[in-house]
Amino acid sequence: MTPARLLSLGLLSLGAAMVLLPFVWMVSVSLKPHAEIFTTDVRLLPRSFTLQNYWHALTETAIPRYLMNGAIVTGGILALQLLVTVPCAYALAHRTFPGRQVLFGSVVAALLVPFHVTAIPIFLGLAWVGWLNTYTALILPFIATAFGLFLLRQAFAQIPGELVDAARVDGMSEMGIAWRIAFPLGLPTVIAFSIFSVTAHWNDLFWPLIATTDSALATPPRGILFFRDEESGDDVGPLMAGATLITAPLILGFLLAQKRFTQGLASTGLKR
Amino acid sequence: MTRPWLTNLLLVGPAALAVALFIFLPVAVVFVLAFTDYLIGAPSATWVGLENFQQLLGSRLGRNALINTLVYAAIVIPASVGLGLIVALGLHSLATRLPRIATLLQTVYFLPVAATLVAMAVAWQMLLHPSLGLVNTWLSALGLSGQQWLTDRDIVLFTLALIGIWQTVGYNMVLFLAGLSAIPATLYDAAAVDGAKGGWTRFWTVTWPMLGPTTLFVLIVTAANTFRVFETVATLTEGGPAFASDTIVYALYREGFVYFKAGYASAITVVFFAALLLLTAIQILLIERRVHYR
Repeated sequence: MTPARLLSLGLLSLGAAMVLLPFVWMVSVSLKPHAEIFTTDVRLLPRSFTLQNYWHALTETAIPRYLMNGAIVTGGILALQLLVTVPCAYALAHRTFPGRQVLFGSVVAALLVPFHVTAIPIFLGLAWVGWLNTYTALILPFIATAFGLFLLRQAFAQIPGELVDAARVDGMSEMGIAWRIAFPLGLPTVIAFSIFSVTAHWNDLFWPLIATTDSALATPPRGILFFRDEESGDDVGPLMAGATLITAPLILGFLLAQKRFTQGLASTGLKR
Repeated sequence: MTRPWLTNLLLVGPAALAVALFIFLPVAVVFVLAFTDYLIGAPSATWVGLENFQQLLGSRLGRNALINTLVYAAIVIPASVGLGLIVALGLHSLATRLPRIATLLQTVYFLPVAATLVAMAVAWQMLLHPSLGLVNTWLSALGLSGQQWLTDRDIVLFTLALIGIWQTVGYNMVLFLAGLSAIPATLYDAAAVDGAKGGWTRFWTVTWPMLGPTTLFVLIVTAANTFRVFETVATLTEGGPAFASDTIVYALYREGFVYFKAGYASAITVVFFAALLLLTAIQILLIERRVHYR
């Protein structure tokens, strides 16, 4: 190895260490006993390990509740998104119907609209029907996914028309073709979109902060802030344990399915 | 097949309705609200013309949020794109010799993208804690004075920018890596035949021009994301101290959902939206001109 190569490897490793620092610190503090956190002798790694903070976070705080809310909200959003998006994307790709061009044009135009832009009117609408502070408020606005429609339409358009025609000749219904032919054949794209959707909504703070004030409905990011603001600086260990628990599902998913994850988040670059 | 319109309605209807109801209708409403003094919960509203926009662009507080966002973007965009490119170049050349280490490093750099930003911001808060945090401890070990990273109004925006860079470098790295792997090796051979031998010459004659479209894409995506900075601000500073880290989306949130000034917040939304549309327009314009040598 030449010195230049060694230097480049050294710098890359140094950068990686800096990227890793907040993660290491978060896990480290979460494993430290109380006395080791509140000391003037601050160290990167704990000298004695304890799981006490995790026990505290899981039994004496609402962290499990927040995790469950996260699962309900992200799961609900994804299920409903797919339910309305798959048939529509299939129709856009393989059917001719009046208004198809207009609809597809609208989908492309809607890609340009970040959620923040629609937040105030959606909030007013939900307040008007009295749905604020419900799971519905956290889930419903995200059913409309221009991004999902666009991505799935592109994927379904790759499916040969002969295949679709053959299914029609066999007497399959159009809804049946959408779910039993287009959906499985477009599965890689469906998975990429699912990873994108789950990540985006698990991590979202903006909308949960607006649509809910009830801590019983808090999603993980909203919940960790409730926890932090309640504990007033004394429960740092459990707070870091909570932060670790909240980050863990997506990080584990990423480590287990790195390629799919990277594709899901990067090929979808046009939205986020 | 007897009633195709019914089939079409079943297939397309729900999604079309959702897009109309949750995207197009709200956009229309926000554009109307921006010209009123509507307060959330108020029985009525008055048309005030451009008053909200004058307040946003004319008041110190309004301008402050816009300027902070631009300063934040001016730091994060070049740093994040530049570092993303450097890391990608390094990993790309490392991958031929030490593929496992390259993959491991790539995983590490991408970790912040997959992580929950709010939870990680809480971790950063602890890392930057004035007395219990690691950063000030290490600084004082080096004989440097620690900082009030999140409560000093001269520093806070830079601290947030640092976290913003930390969070986005890995994403840009992945996009650049994809761009790099798409460059055909024959081009480097051809350049070598033409006398471009050193790494530096190779970079400027082949890599950089071939990465043109990728770089443009990365720049636009990063810009769009930095303009949306919200999570770290809401978690760490709530725009403070004394509005030193107030940004456009945080101001939108505060005015609309803390002070219930829906009209004014809508005007902020419209300006924010216009900035993003401008960005997209630039992108399309540049693509039309083909930032490419193929």
